[in-house]
Amino acid sequence: MNRPALRPAGARLDAERVRGEFPILRRTQRGKPLVYLDSAATAQKPRAVIDAVSRFYEESYASVHRGVYELSERATRLYEGARERVRGFLGAAEAREIVFVRNATEAINLVAWSFGRARLGPGDEVLLTAMEHHANIVPWQLVCEERGARLRVAAIHDSGEVDLAALEALLSERTRLVAVSHVSNVLGTINPVREITRLAHARGVPVLVDGAQAAPRIPVDVREIGCDFYAISGHKLYGPSGIGALYARAALLEEMPPWQGGGSMIESVSFDKTTFAGIPTRFEAGTPNAEGAVGLDAALDWLGDLGMENVARHEAELLALGTGLLDAIPEVRLYGRAAAKTGVLSFTVDGVHAHDVGTVLDGEGVAIRAGHHCAQPLMERYGVAAMARASLGVYNTAGDLERLAAALRKAVELFR
Amino acid sequence: MSELRELYQTTILDHNKQPRNFRVPAGANRQAAGHNPLCGDRVAVHVVFEEDVVKDVGFQGAGCAISTASASLMTQAVKGKSRAEFEKLFDAFHEVVTGDPQQEVDAASVGKLAVLAGVREYPVRVKCATLAWHTLRAALAGGRETVKTE
Repeated sequence: MNRPALRPAGARLDAERVRGEFPILRRTQRGKPLVYLDSAATAQKPRAVIDAVSRFYEESYASVHRGVYELSERATRLYEGARERVRGFLGAAEAREIVFVRNATEAINLVAWSFGRARLGPGDEVLLTAMEHHANIVPWQLVCEERGARLRVAAIHDSGEVDLAALEALLSERTRLVAVSHVSNVLGTINPVREITRLAHARGVPVLVDGAQAAPRIPVDVREIGCDFYAISGHKLYGPSGIGALYARAALLEEMPPWQGGGSMIESVSFDKTTFAGIPTRFEAGTPNAEGAVGLDAALDWLGDLGMENVARHEAELLALGTGLLDAIPEVRLYGRAAAKTGVLSFTVDGVHAHDVGTVLDGEGVAIRAGHHCAQPLMERYGVAAMARASLGVYNTAGDLERLAAALRKAVELFR
Repeated sequence: MSELRELYQTTILDHNKQPRNFRVPAGANRQAAGHNPLCGDRVAVHVVFEEDVVKDVGFQGAGCAISTASASLMTQAVKGKSRAEFEKLFDAFHEVVTGDPQQEVDAASVGKLAVLAGVREYPVRVKCATLAWHTLRAALAGGRETVKTE
């Protein structure tokens, strides 16, 4: 693509200009200009991604890895190019350490059912934190149940930070894996995953990091973190839905058995015996989501042009503004006060249920999430049934947060 | 704000703030629990059901304004009704909250419950408006399982 970089590294991100690249943000909601504050659930798509997917369908679509004709070779090249892009984005050493999956949820399930099932036995333990998304709880619960293993959960402080001492104390000789989110989808906390990995590795315990929320918000380098697995979702990274990736250290991936069988992942098949392909192909059974991968490639290219440091700084500035605006409303209670935090504002409003907050904001054109955010144990930890959550993306502006605050004041007023 | 006012009418705000029959009636012999997994809302409905008549009914729980007001208004509306009459009212109420927004609300069939007609503009909130109703239906049927709206 011959496109000048949007922002040279170290420059400020011009959110108004960035916003202009998202066609959907020109729409209205309930007759008001749309303020989209639900990017932690899923991010909107820039023109570059929409065009890349369309172009792939129009110019290069064919079966990948079946290259006996030119079109298929081109599709394969683009698909593998996307893998190389993900490698670079995450700082992995080799492209074969990147497995394409549907989303971060599937990446974690892959690790649970391949790595986890092979390694876990009766009495063994998987160590999580109290702030995990259901995607980083339920797969472990399922595989533990099958293997007779059990979950251990490290507590968090009221600030929304992991109690590192508690986590360290829970690392035992039975711990087979630590699974922790890089950034909490509710609290916004940036967990010290490098430190957690160091603690776990000191006891020979591998670490999976759920990066679904972190990858779109802060620079990620899996080798700097040192983790063994890292999971991302394309749709939160301004790319298409239905594509995500698992980074896994080659040495571990080589040892892992397949978790789904089918075409593509085999070397040879007879009714007596099947031998499997090498990594990462062994983990990609069936025709892959090539258009998704191509769209993700375009999204990561686009984010790379913005510069993840700039994205992180933009979000930090808006987070500070948004925190101030919400703290100025006496009825609003914010959850998550970690020192290291991304642009996620979860809150309750005294006297107004989270769903009513969501509906009033909807009426003002402001899209937020209301509910348990797929983190029911965390809701329990804070003693609330539901929270409202406004989450930021690269296209949000100070004006969006002012609209949020004004709509919240209306909600308070309406229910007074 | 007008559409919101349409949804959050004064009666609804009032019943949300001061729910009626928010209690377990003495002599309750039928009860059921309802849960909306989407938002975590929970309601428990307790009924004194004798000779096929709802002699008394109360509810408890925590939920949004729509579910709380709907439960509160329901307890007022169903007292003294037979099970068949309750079913008829539930059908009419269901029609009010799920009907075509362009159509007139048949207020005569549901009386005061017509204030919840604004929910028709917000399909995701229908489950909030009907949670207590499904729960009362289960209570009258003598069921023991928690009613889920999903």
